[in-house]
Amino acid sequence: MIEVPLRTTRLLPHTLLGRIGLVVLAAAITVLPWLVPSYYAELVTSAMIAAMLALSMQLLVGATGLVSLGHGAFYGLAAYVVYLISPENVALPIWITLPVAMLVAGAAACVVGLFSLRTTGFFFLMVTLAFGQMIFFVFHDTKLGGGTDGAYLTKPLISAFGATLDLPRKQKYLGTYYVALVQLVAMYLGLAMLLQTLFGRALEGIRVNEHRMRAIGFDTFKIKLIAFTLAGALAGAAGHMWALHRGFVNPEIVGWHQSAEALLMILLGGLGSLHGPILGALALTGLGEVAQLLTERKLLVEGLVILAVVILLPRGLAGLGSRNTSNGAGDRHG
Amino acid sequence: MGDPAATTPANALVLCTEGLSKSFGGLQATRDVSLSLHRNELHAVIGPNGAGKSTLVNLLAGEFTPSAGRILLEGRDITSLNVWQRTRAGVARSFQRTNIFLPLTVHENVRLAAQARTGTLASLLSRAANSRTLFEITDLAIERVGLTQSRLRPSGELSHGEQRQLEIAMTLATDPKVLLLDEPLAGMGQEEGERISALLKSLARDHAVLLIEHDMDFVFKVADVMTVLVEGAVLASGTPQSVRESAAVQAAYLGGHA
Ligand SMILES: Nc1ncnc2c1ncn2[C@@H]1O[C@H](COP(=O)(O)OP(=O)(O)O)[C@@H](O)[C@H]1O
Ligand SMILES: [Mg+2]
Repeated sequence: MIEVPLRTTRLLPHTLLGRIGLVVLAAAITVLPWLVPSYYAELVTSAMIAAMLALSMQLLVGATGLVSLGHGAFYGLAAYVVYLISPENVALPIWITLPVAMLVAGAAACVVGLFSLRTTGFFFLMVTLAFGQMIFFVFHDTKLGGGTDGAYLTKPLISAFGATLDLPRKQKYLGTYYVALVQLVAMYLGLAMLLQTLFGRALEGIRVNEHRMRAIGFDTFKIKLIAFTLAGALAGAAGHMWALHRGFVNPEIVGWHQSAEALLMILLGGLGSLHGPILGALALTGLGEVAQLLTERKLLVEGLVILAVVILLPRGLAGLGSRNTSNGAGDRHG
Repeated sequence: MGDPAATTPANALVLCTEGLSKSFGGLQATRDVSLSLHRNELHAVIGPNGAGKSTLVNLLAGEFTPSAGRILLEGRDITSLNVWQRTRAGVARSFQRTNIFLPLTVHENVRLAAQARTGTLASLLSRAANSRTLFEITDLAIERVGLTQSRLRPSGELSHGEQRQLEIAMTLATDPKVLLLDEPLAGMGQEEGERISALLKSLARDHAVLLIEHDMDFVFKVADVMTVLVEGAVLASGTPQSVRESAAVQAAYLGGHA
C-alpha cells in the first residue's frame, strides 16, 4: 500500500513557522497584563471575547461556507442567560453558568438551523438575519432583561472551585483576562481537532461543492445542522464571557451588527485559516482604539483600513506569513 | 417482477422503473419509461440531444421527483428516497458536466466519496489521517479507473478525460450496486475512449451499469442491452442487434445519422 501524504486541513497553519507564531502570540498575551496598564489588559480581554465569537463563526464561514447574520444573536442570548440565571448577590460558579449559557445558545442555534439550513446563499443570509432579529426583539421589547436599557448583573464576578474571584478591585480584571484566554485557547484547539476529523473533511466538502456531497451520499443537512449548533454553543461561550467581563447586558449585544462585526474580523484576519479570526479580532480592536485617538471619524478610518486589507491581502492578515499566495488548488501540500 | 427464483444471482434484477414520467411545466421530458437493470449487464441508453437521457438519470438518482411511476431497487420501492439516501442504498451516479471537488486532490475527492457511509458520530471521533480502511477503498477505486499516477494531483489540474475518470472513481468508492454514468466519454479522445470502454465492461461484471452515450458505434460495441429514447419515450429496447434492426429506430434515429 502506498503511503498517503495527508495534508492537514486547509484551515490550520501549514508551516512550522506558522505554528510557532501562534504559540508566541499566546505567550505574549499571557504575559501582557503584567506589562501594561489595566486599561489595556481589559481592552485585550474584550478583543479575546470578540475573537471567540469570530472563531465560532469561522466554523460556519471558513470551514463550511455558511454565512449567517444570526450568529451574533446566540452570543447575546448567552449573555442574557447569565443575567437571568444569576441570583441576587451571589455568584454562580462558572461551571454552572458556562454550560447553561452554551446549552441555551446551542439549542437556539439548533432550532434556527432546522429552519434556515434548508435555504442557501442569499436566502440563508436573510432567514438567519430574521431569526437573529427575533431574538433581539425578545430582549429589546420585553421586560425580560431590562428592556431597551438592559440590566446590570448584581455580582459580576467569576466563581470557581468554591472560591470566588472577588479580588481587590484593582486586580479583578486579571481573573477575567485569564479565564477568557484559557477559553479562547481551548476553543481554538478544540476546533483544530474537529477540523482534523472525518467530520471536518465533510465540512470542507460541503464548502467546496455541497451538491456533489449529497450525490456521493452525505446527509449534508444533518452535518450543517451539527456545525451550526456547535457554532451557536461556542458563540454562547463568548457571550457568557462578555457578561462576566462587562457585568451588564443590553439589547445591543444581540443585534445583527454583532454578526457583521465578527464577519469583518474574519475578513480582516483571513477566511482561509482558523487563526485568522483571532488576528482579525485583535487587529480590529486595536484599530478601533488607535482610530479613536487620532480622529473623530473612527468608523470611517476603520472602514478604509479594512477595505485596504481586503484588497491588498486577499487571504487576510493570516495570509501575510505564508508564501503560498494563490487560492483553491494552490493550498495543497503533501 | 423481483422474483429471485426467476433470475440467476449472476445477472439478478437490481433496479427497475415502472411507468416513470416527468414533466417540466408543459414539457414531458420522460414518458412512461419502464426499464430494468441487471447485475453483470451494461445497459446503454441512447437518443438525440434533449431526448430525456439526463432527466432519466436524474430521476433514478433522486435529483428529480417523478410526476408518475415507481423506481424499485432489489424489489424495494425507493421512489421517495432523496439523493443521498439513494446513494447509500446503492445507486451512484456520475454527472454529464464534470462535478468534482476542484481544489481537492484526486485522492481527497475519492476519499470523500468513500467516507460518506461513515456515521456522523463515528466521523466526529475519527481523525481523518488515521482512516486506513478509507484509504484502501480509495486507492482501489483510483487504481480501477487508472488514475493511480495522478492520485496526489489537484483535480482541477487534470485533463478533461482524467476528470471523467475521476467522476467514475468517485461513484465506485460509494460501493454501489447500480452505476448511472451520464455520458462518461463526452469530450474524450480515441485512445482514452478505448480505455474507458474496457473499464465500463469490467464495471459491468460486478455492477448493474446504466450508460448514457450518444456515440452509436461505441454503444453497439460495448452494450449488452440498449434502450433508445426519443422525446422522453422508449422507442425500442433490447439487444444491440435487435435495436439495430428495429424498423422504428431505423426510421426515426439511425436514418438521421446515415
Ligand atoms: N431542470 C429542468 N427544467 C426544465 N426543463 C428541463 C430540465 N432538465 C431538462 N429539461 C428539459 O428536458 C428535456 C430533456 O433534457 P435532457 O434530459 O437533459 O436531455 P438529454 O440528456 O437526452 O440531452 C429537454 O427539453 C430539456 O430542456
Ligand atoms: Mg444529457
